[in-house]
This record gives sequence, C-alpha cells and structure tokens, in this order.
Amino acid sequence: MLETLHNLAVGFSVALSPSVLLYAFVGCVIGTLVGVLPGVGPLAGISLLLPATFGMDATRAIVMLAGIYYGAMYGGSTTSILMRIPGEAASVMTCIDGYAMARKGRAGAALAIAAVGSYVAGTVSVVGLMLLAPPLAAFALRFGPPEYFALLLFGLLVLAYMSAGSMVKSLAMAVLGLLLGMVGIDQMSGYFRFAYGVVELGDGLGVVPVAVGLFGLAEILATAGQAVQPKVIEPKLRELLPSRAEWREAAGPIGRGTVLGFLVGIIPGSAHIISSFVSYALEKKLSRRPQEFGHGAVAGVAGPESANNAATSGAFVPMLALGVPSGPIPAVMLAAMMVHGVSPGPLLIRQQPELFWGFVASMYVGNLVLLILNLPLVGIFVNLLRVPYPYLYPAILTFSILGVYAVNGSVVDVWIMLGMGVLGYVLRKLSFETAPIVLGVVLAPMIELALRQSLAMSDGHYGIFFQRPIAATLLVVGLGMMLLSLRTFIRRGLDWRARMALAEKGES
Amino acid sequence: MPSASSGSHKAGRTLTVDRVAGGGLAVFAVFVLWQSRALPLGSLANPGPAYMPMALATLLLAAGLAIAILGRDTPGVGSLGFGEWRHAVAIFGACAFAALGLERLGYRLTIFLALLFLLGVVERKRPVVGVVFAVGFAAGTYFLFDTLLRVQLPRGPFGL
Repeated sequence: MLETLHNLAVGFSVALSPSVLLYAFVGCVIGTLVGVLPGVGPLAGISLLLPATFGMDATRAIVMLAGIYYGAMYGGSTTSILMRIPGEAASVMTCIDGYAMARKGRAGAALAIAAVGSYVAGTVSVVGLMLLAPPLAAFALRFGPPEYFALLLFGLLVLAYMSAGSMVKSLAMAVLGLLLGMVGIDQMSGYFRFAYGVVELGDGLGVVPVAVGLFGLAEILATAGQAVQPKVIEPKLRELLPSRAEWREAAGPIGRGTVLGFLVGIIPGSAHIISSFVSYALEKKLSRRPQEFGHGAVAGVAGPESANNAATSGAFVPMLALGVPSGPIPAVMLAAMMVHGVSPGPLLIRQQPELFWGFVASMYVGNLVLLILNLPLVGIFVNLLRVPYPYLYPAILTFSILGVYAVNGSVVDVWIMLGMGVLGYVLRKLSFETAPIVLGVVLAPMIELALRQSLAMSDGHYGIFFQRPIAATLLVVGLGMMLLSLRTFIRRGLDWRARMALAEKGES
Repeated sequence: MPSASSGSHKAGRTLTVDRVAGGGLAVFAVFVLWQSRALPLGSLANPGPAYMPMALATLLLAAGLAIAILGRDTPGVGSLGFGEWRHAVAIFGACAFAALGLERLGYRLTIFLALLFLLGVVERKRPVVGVVFAVGFAAGTYFLFDTLLRVQLPRGPFGL
C-alpha cells in the first residue's frame, strides 16, 4: 500500500507538470467536443487525432489521447440528454430518461448529474485500476469463449429479467436486435448473410446508424408533425442544478454504477455499452418507483452514465497490465502506445513506472478537469433547447446524417439509419422498447462467435458450458432469473384470468 | 365514449396493437427462416452460418406468437394516432434525398436543398429565413467537420 502511494506521488509529479497538465486539458476539451457532436464517438476522435500526437513524447501523447477518450465518453451524454441522439452506443440508455428529464425542464439537472456521476465513477474506478489491476486482469484472462458466451447470454437475460415492462416484448426486441446483428459476413465460414449484393453490408449493421435511427430519427418522425409542437424549454438559472432530492436519488445509482461498470469494463468486449444497459436494468429493478423509468427517472441517468465511465477506466486494466485490449477503443490506444515505443504489459509498470503512474495520476486530473469544464457549460448546452423545434429538428437531422456518414464514409449507413428510424417510429407507436435492439446488434457477432468457438473447442459437446465454473455459474444464475420471471409471469397471468373471471361475473 | 371494460371487451374481438405487433414479428421471423434456406445450416455440434439466424428466427416467431396471443387485452389498432404521418413522410423524404444526393451533389448542396425543403415547404418559414439557415448550416457544418476535424465529406459539381 505504501509503495502504491509512493508510486502515485511519482505519478502526480509527472501529471501535474505544466506541460502534461496542458495536454490533459486539451485532450478533455477536444474529447468533450468530439463527444457532443453526434456520430463522432471516442473511437473516431482518437483515430483522427492520433497522427497529431506523433511529434509528442509518449507520456504527453498518451495522456492527451486518454483525455479525448473519457472526454468523449462524457460529451456523448450531452446530445443524448438534450436531443435524444446517442453520440455512441454507450449513451443509448441515457437517451431514455435524460431526454425525458429535459422535456420536463430538468435538462440542467440531468447534465449535472451525468457530470458528477461520471466524475465520481471515473475517480473511484481509477483507484480500482491502481489497486486491483494485476489480480483482476489475471481473472479476466480466464475468460475463454465458453465464459464469454455465458456472460453475453447472461447480459441479455439480465436485461429481459430486469425489464419492468413485458418480458416477452423485451426478449423479442433483443432477439430482433440479434437477428439484425446477423447481417454481414459470417466470421467462421466467410459466407455473406442477408447482404443482398450490398458489399457495404459485409461488415454488418453499424451500431451508430442503428442507434441514431432508432432513437434520434424515430423521435423526430414522431414529434415533428404533432399538432402541439414540443414546447421550447427556457431553463431558469436556479433550475440548472439538481435539487437535494435529486442528488439523494442519484447517490445510490452512481455508487452501484461505478462498481458494476468497473467490473464489467475489465471483461473483454464492448464493456462500456453492456455496463450501461445492465446498470439501467439494475436501477429499474431496485427502484421503488420503476414506473418512472422512461419518464425522467434520475436513477436512469445517474446509473448508466456512471457505469459507462467506470467501464472506461476498467477497460484500461487488461490493456495496461496485460497488453490485451478489451475493445476497439483500447485497441486503438494500445496501437497509439506502441507507435510511441511503449509496450503495455506486465513489464510496463516495472520498466516505465513514470509513464504508468503518470498516466494513472493524469486520469484523476483529467476527471477533475472534465468536471470543472462541464459544470459551467451545462448552462450553455441547455440553451440549445431554447431553439424553436422547427429549426432544431432540421439541425439535428443534419448532424445525424453527417455523423452517421462520417463513421465509415458510406451512404449505406445513412440508409440503414433511415430504415432504423422508420422501424423505431413504428415500434414506438406499438409501445415497444427499442434499447434491447441496440444491445442485440452489438452482441450478435460476439455471442455467435463465442458459441461456435466453444463448440469447436469441445468437439461439439454443449457440456463445456457447464464443465467450466465461471460459465456454469453465469448460466445457472441466468436460467434461475428466467425461471423467477416465469413464476411472476404465470402469477400475473392468473391475476389477469381472475380479473377477467370477475369481470364476466359482473356482466352476467 | 365507451367505458374501459367495454373497450377492452371490444378489443378482444378486433385487431389489437399487440396482435398486429406480434403478427408483424412472426411474419418477419418466417421471412428470415425462408431466406436462411440459401445458407448451410450445419449441425447441432458444428453450426453453420444459417444455424444462429434460424435459431433466433424461431425464437422471434415464438415470441411474436406469444405477444399476439396474449395481446387481446390491449387497445385496438384504431387507437394509434398517426396524425403526424404527412410530416413524417416529408422528413423521411428529405433524409432519403440527402442519402441519394450526398455523393452525387456533394455535402453542401445536398444539405442546403434538404434544409431549404424542410424549412420552406414543410415548416413554411419565410424564404429568406430558410435560405439563410440552410446556407449557414450547410457551410458551417462542412467547415467544422471537413476543414477543422478532417472528416472527408463528399464534394459535388464545381467542387461544392
């Protein structure tokens, strides 16, 4: 422990040097701007700005890129809350209650809660990164395809179980998402599936066009033509900050989201996305008023926002300690480190302690910079809502088209967004939740690959999922939850039948 | 105005929201099953490329049927308001035009025309306001993304 504190002191001496501090600040500012622009997520932001760091020394370059990463993760929540456009998939859950809070005139409170939640999660998870990196990374390495398959299936079952609405409908939406995720080249055999000659569909449906279509475009299609236009919100200064009651409501979800996000973040895959979905579902289940979710529940913003930021730090654990990237963004970060002559892995901490601990300390500094930067900006961001809707929605549409096109430079993505917009519009009319579709699209290729790799490992025996302790535990818990849901479902059915019987009696 | 109980009773005999939704999902699932025939199914022990889509489509079919069967208590389809459909079609049309024009006319011209249509025709704003907004937004976003952020946006005739 003393050694850790000593190392951290060394790290702070690096991170607080004026030049490193400046690069952390610049990274956070650029990251926030990148995150606020829909479509340009952290991955695109880091990739675009990587060449700009080539002339810097390794510490400054990595500190700046990390600032862009968590700045973008935070910035993504702004458009989700104000316009219902997820900057990237991890912000999807924030769209639901964040936007509902904005429509109730609590946009400032939602943004402030997201900022503070992100700060707390970011800071606490850095402590976790510092203390738990080696043992947790070793644990995460025990995840092979069977464990991974069990975890992904578990994630889907948790989502369905935690759903306060119809479980069948949530499951149907998740399955629909998984089916949409099947489009593209089959990773094991190389077959084109459901591509109908469109070469661009070989890579499958992108998460950004699907999410922007289902959330942003569907919202505009449904509201732009209503007889009563959405009211122009004119927030007052005192309404910008959350009330005491809202802080109280946010405290628990921030704490839970932080722990959950960090733990999920360590596991390979799109951890920050999964963590925000699971956090939302958990908060909905734990809430005394689950009916408020979807209509502006504070916990629906605080939990997922904290979880996705904690997962951001969690993702650095296997990357720094083992040199194993846990997703596309850490992979680009890893590449950036290697470009600068740094080889992440078990030897990094021993051979380049100044870089490792300087990076860790810069994360504390970066989180503080983000908080200081973003809280005063809440007022400015919220003023976007003063723009009358007939001007606001064409602007949102432009950003959506531009952002979706910018990801791959492909018009096919714009068409996918349009298709998803229509689907989201129809599903919204039919009272279906669309968030599980996005999760399904993200998980589909991973879950299929994990299943087929597991079966290849076991010569086709499904017993492999129950012979390995981690996979077996996850599956048993998941199946247990399904059975519990079925019990509630049957009981509800009996209640419904009993009500019908009573009604018929009354009529006769 | 019919009472709630009579409304739900009536809904039990007509097309309800969940019946339509469940039916739609089931039809889509059947379509996927049909389309998957072209791909090798493999076996239970060695799944082929059609295995997962077929398994998922079967699950979706079951879920769709369950939603349809359990959905007789939900409101009738007539209760769904589609009053905004003209607006929705116009917005979709503008977006479709943008998708078609982006690589043919270039970003700035396409977005200018789409915004002009939305503000001038759909929202009936004054032409001057529409033109100023459309020009400003198309040029401003181009400058931000293409010039500052170096995101390559398509150019059209005359380098526009």
